[in-house]
Amino acid sequence: MTYPRYILVWVGLVVLTAITVTTASLNFGRVGILVVLAIAAIKSTLVLLYFMNLLFEKRLFLKILVPIAIGVLTIFIGLTYTDVLFR
Amino acid sequence: MSTSQSASKHHVVETHGPGVTARAGLWLFLLSEILLFGGMFVLYAMYRYKFPADFHAGSQELSRFDGTLNTIVLLTSSLTVVVALFSLHEKRNLRRSAIFLAATIALGLTFLVVKSFEWSTKFEHGLYPGAKFLATQPHGFILFFGLYFTMTGLHALHVMVGMGVLSGVLNFALRGKITPERINIMENGALYWHLVDVIWIFLFPLFYLIS
Repeated sequence: MTYPRYILVWVGLVVLTAITVTTASLNFGRVGILVVLAIAAIKSTLVLLYFMNLLFEKRLFLKILVPIAIGVLTIFIGLTYTDVLFR
Repeated sequence: MSTSQSASKHHVVETHGPGVTARAGLWLFLLSEILLFGGMFVLYAMYRYKFPADFHAGSQELSRFDGTLNTIVLLTSSLTVVVALFSLHEKRNLRRSAIFLAATIALGLTFLVVKSFEWSTKFEHGLYPGAKFLATQPHGFILFFGLYFTMTGLHALHVMVGMGVLSGVLNFALRGKITPERINIMENGALYWHLVDVIWIFLFPLFYLIS
């Protein structure tokens, strides 16, 4: 990495924040939550890969830790939803 | 010279030794943090699904400007801490590293000041757990503010801890206990600070941007 690249990532994060605030005030209705969550996912991926150096991580164990955690959380939320939906 | 050139192209990441063990330990801790907040996000998702109108009304009470401002503040603090790490680890510039660490701590403080103004406005409007006014509101509205104070409160606590950790890192760096060769403590402090930022990236749209 270099200083300009770090600043570029930061600019990307700020632009995505501007987009997410704008889309929220445009009222997309039910799809709105999916849009803001997708943008949040992109932003956190940028932080994880570039700021937290996961892109340059050579140890496989550390590289797959976060995807595993996200997978566990998805199962968690998915199963809870099925419980609430079919109650 | 050649090593510093290759270092600027690719971030130097140790693959063996105590540095890796320390990093692995910190990542495991960060996972437990993700699951801690994850459990709360599950709770949030279920109640928002159950009370969409009340959550929308609750979100209207929050200041979108303050939330956006704090998002920018935290994103910037993530940049300053990674620059601090990069400056010492690869550019061997202790002075610049210390300046950017101090800037990160100052941005953390800025976040907390904005947050405290937000919270005190809510208190004035009777929007806090146990308030008489809030108790007269619909069930989902009460739940929204319960979750708001619990989740942003726990997050603010993490910001305070992060500021303490980074103050310790700054102290160690200035006393020569953290060097480009022994960077673990600063690296791990920075990782923790980034995670606090990642959590806020999700908290912000879920509380402030319900349309």
